[in-house]
Amino acid sequence: MDLSVRIGSLHLRNPLMAASGCYGYGVEYADAVNLSSLGAVVSKGLFLKPREGHPPERIVETPSGMLNAIGLQGIGVHRYIAEKLPELRRLGATNIINICGSTLDEYVEIARVLSDVDGVHALEINISCPNIKEGGITFGCSLHGTFDVVSAIRKVTHLPVIPKLTPNVTDVASIAKAAEEAGADAVSLVNTFLAMAIDVETRRPKLSNIVGGLSGPAIRPIAVRMVYECRRAVKIPVIGMGGIASATDVLEFMIAGATAVQVGTANFVDPFIWTKLLDGIERYMARHHLTCLSDLIGSIDTSTREKQWVSS
Amino acid sequence: MPVDVEAKVLRNTRLSSDYNIIALEAPEIASLVEPGQFVMVKPGRGSDPLLRRPFSVFEILRSKGRIEGLTLLSKRVGVTTQMLLDAVEGDTVSCLGPLGRPFVTVDPPAQAWMVAGGVGLAPFATLTEALRERGTTTRLFYGARTGGELFHLDWFASQGVDLVLSTEDGGTGDRGRVTVPLERELKRATGALTVYACGPEPMLEAVARLAAAHGRPSQVSVERVMGCGMGGCYSCVISMRDAGGGHHYVRSCIGGPVFAGADLVWD
Repeated sequence: MDLSVRIGSLHLRNPLMAASGCYGYGVEYADAVNLSSLGAVVSKGLFLKPREGHPPERIVETPSGMLNAIGLQGIGVHRYIAEKLPELRRLGATNIINICGSTLDEYVEIARVLSDVDGVHALEINISCPNIKEGGITFGCSLHGTFDVVSAIRKVTHLPVIPKLTPNVTDVASIAKAAEEAGADAVSLVNTFLAMAIDVETRRPKLSNIVGGLSGPAIRPIAVRMVYECRRAVKIPVIGMGGIASATDVLEFMIAGATAVQVGTANFVDPFIWTKLLDGIERYMARHHLTCLSDLIGSIDTSTREKQWVSS
Repeated sequence: MPVDVEAKVLRNTRLSSDYNIIALEAPEIASLVEPGQFVMVKPGRGSDPLLRRPFSVFEILRSKGRIEGLTLLSKRVGVTTQMLLDAVEGDTVSCLGPLGRPFVTVDPPAQAWMVAGGVGLAPFATLTEALRERGTTTRLFYGARTGGELFHLDWFASQGVDLVLSTEDGGTGDRGRVTVPLERELKRATGALTVYACGPEPMLEAVARLAAAHGRPSQVSVERVMGCGMGGCYSCVISMRDAGGGHHYVRSCIGGPVFAGADLVWD
């Protein structure tokens, strides 16, 4: 069975990626998981310089989901290259680096720095973090902002460029289209939904940042719909995510149009989820006589059918 | 390397309306765990709760010389602890561990003073055993709201632990917080000793400050809201001093949960 998929020039052994911000820098999981068995590891979002992030409380559980406002705590791109990448290289991981910027220049500078580094396989452009005020989402919420960031990065790197889109817009498909026109190799979506939760006893917000991003199974149907819409709007691959917790969920995203998927929150619950997802995908392929998983991408059948009656 | 075990509930002992000790068949974890380490636990298969919750390992269960599993001391505060309170023999609880950095044990002639607040008793049973093996003299300062919430006293006494009890209602031992007897004894103490603490964060802060004021090292086990226990989510951070005089956030799941009291910056 062939589970491999292609994202631009990037060949992945399978469509499963660890989502940014949900897997540290990857090395945290190296004792528990064979990182080379994943399609890719997407790093925690990196700015040029280290960032402290928000004070606790940083997460809170909500019905079938969680809110987070970590605030992009991170070691910065230079320390990532020096301290994390050598081990990731040694472990044979496929590394997609999630890059953040407060300004257009910062995105370009990080892209430039990473483009000449061995072991960096693609760049995911974070224009969608809902938890920080400066940069990022201000680009991702407008067609022009998205186009400008992606085309500026496109000019300085040969690496696959994958803008990560926010769902907190009126029409995510038009943003995907702007990214495609700017030269993106793929788009990934969805980042988290801006949300909040309040403790009614104290009347205080449950997160220090007041608002945060909602992830987990609670958002899955909305994410599937957005992946479906983007797939119809663009020709470049769509990487889907949002509450994936089982092989069925992976398959649902792929049928909706995702070429690959990312798993975030579910990895917190089960760090060994990857082999279970792969086993489930292979069982499905066997049951449906599929030899190439990529044949499933966008294979949703929306044709109207005659009703089939089953006599009881 | 942590192991994920679908652990069978061997028994569940209710201690009070809120507290219970749940015994889990998880020899793979129990045989690896060191005092102060924790497990990430999720009862049930649904998405409420969605995330696991961290628990210190309370006891290692042995049967006929073999390690059989572990127990957790739980206090009902939310959905997970309610499910652990209600669990019955034969249920399964998903248990991932061991995780985190353990306590560093001290050797004689130094003494070990353990300070527990409420459910913060949890890591001190295994620590007591480890210290006993080294021949270290141990004391346990143990505080709760009432005498009815002081548990396992006979066991600690049987291990040769000198018990110093306190209750907020004054029903048993000193009246007030656990720091009342701790401060009194620190003033009197002679010879080397290390203070170990687990309990609510304000208690940990008070204990760390008292220990420092009396020139004693402390190790505190913190409990922060944890998403994954593996270093993936960056939710459980705590502020730690750095060499330059500033401070930075450290993930308490992999940098802790045990920290030197002097290293932490209390909010």
